[in-house]
Amino acid sequence: MAVTLFIPAALRPFADNKAAVILPAKTAGEAVAALAAAYPDIQQHLYEPGGALRSFVNLFVGDTNIKNADGLNTPVPDGGEVTLVPAIAGGCL
Amino acid sequence: MLRMTSSLAREIRAQGEAAYPNECCGALLGLWDPEGVREATGIFPIPNARESGEQYHRFVITPEDFLRAEKAARAEGLEVLGFYHSHPDHPAAPSDYDREHALPVYAYVITAVADGRAEAMTSWRLSPDRARFDPEDILI
Repeated sequence: MAVTLFIPAALRPFADNKAAVILPAKTAGEAVAALAAAYPDIQQHLYEPGGALRSFVNLFVGDTNIKNADGLNTPVPDGGEVTLVPAIAGGCL
Repeated sequence: MLRMTSSLAREIRAQGEAAYPNECCGALLGLWDPEGVREATGIFPIPNARESGEQYHRFVITPEDFLRAEKAARAEGLEVLGFYHSHPDHPAAPSDYDREHALPVYAYVITAVADGRAEAMTSWRLSPDRARFDPEDILI
């Protein structure tokens, strides 16, 4: 089973500047793990030292935030799309 | 360097004025070249998701809104180049809070809005070690 994982611009320097990669995966967790295996430099930006996804990293399967589904176990259909989405915030004070 | 048309700059400034005294926010869409000039060709306005009592000095873009921006960009063959927001009654310079919540690579455009009127507009990029924001020229 192959899925397409879209990489936000902020993380592309750690993945040969690729905007998307096709990876073997059946779940969202397998997709992001396959990305980290293919591009080891990106691993530190995705995972806490304990192995959990970093808090600013969000994963969507299609339009579904995996936090509203089965987390990293959220299934991805063959040919499906997974998108890495960073959290964005700021302010003047 | 970040290139944008004068009409795009006017749209960003107008959003800052419309949101005053709160902060506006949105995504910059355009052509992505990691090695060279970035050209913003459109904006994707996003509602400030921070609670209303905090919007005068904070903005949040939810992951769902970020995904909508990414998909809008992809549909046009564009990329999310970065983000813009306003600083009501504060200079167009990133705060420590901006830096702590920023990501490298993206352009962060800030518009100062004083007494409801948009003034300076600046653009910044976070250094790879996250230690500082470096200014970048905006070519209009």
